[in-house]
Amino acid sequence: MAEGKLCNKKTVDKIEQLNELLSDKSGKQYYEEMNYLDVDDKALWATMQKTLKSRLKTWLEICSHCGLCAESCFYYLANDRDPKQVPSYKIQDTLGQLLKRKGKVDNEFMQYCMDTAFAKCTCCTRCGVYCPFGIDTGIMFSYLRGLLFSQGFTPWEMKIGSGMHRIFRAQMDVTTEDWTETCEWMAEEYEDDWPGLKIPIDVQDADILYTVNAREPKHYPEDLAEAAILFHIAGENWTVPSEGWEETSLAMFAGDWAACKMQVESVYDAMKRLNPKRMVVTECGHAYRATVIEGPYWAGLKTGQTPIPSFHYVEWVAEALRTGKLKIDPAKKIKEPVTYQDSCNYIRNAGLKDVAREIMSYIAEDFREMSPCKEHNFCCGGGGGLNGIGRYRPQRNVGLKVKRDQILQTGAKLVIAPCHNCWDAIRDLEEVYDIGIRWSFLKPLLISMVEVPEHLQPKDE
Amino acid sequence: MYQFVTGPLAWFAFAVFFIGIIVRTVWYIRGLNWQMDRVAYRPHMRYGIRGAVRSIGYWLMPYGTHSWRNNPFFTLLVFLLHIGLLLTPLFLLGHNVLLQERWGFSLPTISESAADLLTILVIVSAVFLVLRRIALTEVRIITDVKDYLMIAVAVAPFVTGLIAHYQIGNYQFWLILHILCGELFLIAIPLTKLSHFILFFMSRAQLGMDYGIKRGGMKGKGLAW
Repeated sequence: MAEGKLCNKKTVDKIEQLNELLSDKSGKQYYEEMNYLDVDDKALWATMQKTLKSRLKTWLEICSHCGLCAESCFYYLANDRDPKQVPSYKIQDTLGQLLKRKGKVDNEFMQYCMDTAFAKCTCCTRCGVYCPFGIDTGIMFSYLRGLLFSQGFTPWEMKIGSGMHRIFRAQMDVTTEDWTETCEWMAEEYEDDWPGLKIPIDVQDADILYTVNAREPKHYPEDLAEAAILFHIAGENWTVPSEGWEETSLAMFAGDWAACKMQVESVYDAMKRLNPKRMVVTECGHAYRATVIEGPYWAGLKTGQTPIPSFHYVEWVAEALRTGKLKIDPAKKIKEPVTYQDSCNYIRNAGLKDVAREIMSYIAEDFREMSPCKEHNFCCGGGGGLNGIGRYRPQRNVGLKVKRDQILQTGAKLVIAPCHNCWDAIRDLEEVYDIGIRWSFLKPLLISMVEVPEHLQPKDE
Repeated sequence: MYQFVTGPLAWFAFAVFFIGIIVRTVWYIRGLNWQMDRVAYRPHMRYGIRGAVRSIGYWLMPYGTHSWRNNPFFTLLVFLLHIGLLLTPLFLLGHNVLLQERWGFSLPTISESAADLLTILVIVSAVFLVLRRIALTEVRIITDVKDYLMIAVAVAPFVTGLIAHYQIGNYQFWLILHILCGELFLIAIPLTKLSHFILFFMSRAQLGMDYGIKRGGMKGKGLAW
């Protein structure tokens, strides 16, 4: 079996392997090696026989080829209605063929599957909502990604990402020390402005266990400070875990199911160790999807639920506004037209549409819905890990057109995007298409609008 | 010949049809797996059933979903076709006379003109659906021979039935051909894509349970299909 040094069927479990991959700039050698990677068709077929059951088999079999899924797919629309972007076509030509040929396929076909599964589908699952038979192509592509990963056919960044989860239990190389030091640093940094501000680590029996996206401690530590400030103003009894603080899952995008399990179990362990009443996840869509919606199944929890009740940040914000823990200064509400980016991962795939609207009713005077919106909204264009894959940057940028046009249609210049990937995609679409918009998470906006109780205000010296 | 096709062959066709759809249903349900599908079916059965009922209900309603409303002409064709396919053979006077004669029971019947209208609507809808397949690039690219065959198998009993009913040409010939086509249709249902006769409900229920249990159904009002 021909296996590359970097591109192979092995998982990345050691830091040396990870460093080798990282030193291969843009995955040049990695993709070169991929051209010679053998397909273990026996193992592939054996996996398919074990895992491709009723649901997927029926979806592939009964598809009536009616084409209603075409217009549901933002890739189809963004690529001038290219018939090769019809979801049914994309899946029949990849997973469908794999099944027909009983796994007996060659290297070229596997690379075609990889390119399709990553650069023509973000697993947004919108097509499933438009199919009369309820055929969810997004789920099938996610499944296909898993098969591809097991054979070593995964984008370079996904191999690295899943390795990060395996080694650091985070999508980036953030160690426990890095994390706790960042928490302490941020608390100190903002203490002057917010007397008494703390980021409590590993406090037992807190009301809220707060967990994040590794990008926050790594690249945007102020986001952590903002979360602390809002909890502080709201008077919450909260904590962060020193371990099990990372909610994201590049492993989910990669289809590395074993790594998915390791990652979510680190969070569930923190829940058990610290015994908080509930967990709140930062403003990230796929993090919530991975740890709260899908995670229990990876971890084998039969109830399908996390060990303690878990909430997305928007749920906490809506509750805090509703109960008056956070009060918005009416004079500071957003006056300009503003729109909201519904993240596929916590709106369509977790039902939080109304919560998002509730927040907007408190903070915006001229809220404008995108069309379509809520569970029918289009993917930002950066979902499914696509933001982070260099090989597919051109395809990603074409896909952004649909979101660009949706935003332009609202007339709003400010887009609220409480999801890291949406936030990135919208930032990038501004960079590529220059339409003159701004974008923001909720936290900085809330801090600029919220009424601060007297005892929490900085004392004049 | 008539005795054979309405006797043993009819028994065979009905047996394949009924046993076939039962087997397909059982297979489908047995092949579900809470961990692989990532849906906790059992612990949240109430939410699951609610999701399944919504998922099936909205899609059985003409123009009940966003997708149906976005494609008004297609939706019209699909509903006319399926209503005709289901109602005509069940409530046709001739079929029920035969049913009474052979098995000693019958169903309520519809008038002959209603049956004619339904039959013609089935044929016209099928023709337009075929034309749509050829005309639209996004449908053409996913269409294969089987898709045309399925339509042919489903519509053949209606075409032959109409010809036989109006006694155009040799009545015996068309009648027997009509019966054979009907039996072929029955046999094809569990064995081909036409299994969506039952698997539509299974698949819709499954996705409905997925949304009803896991993807937000326990937190919100449920997905607006």
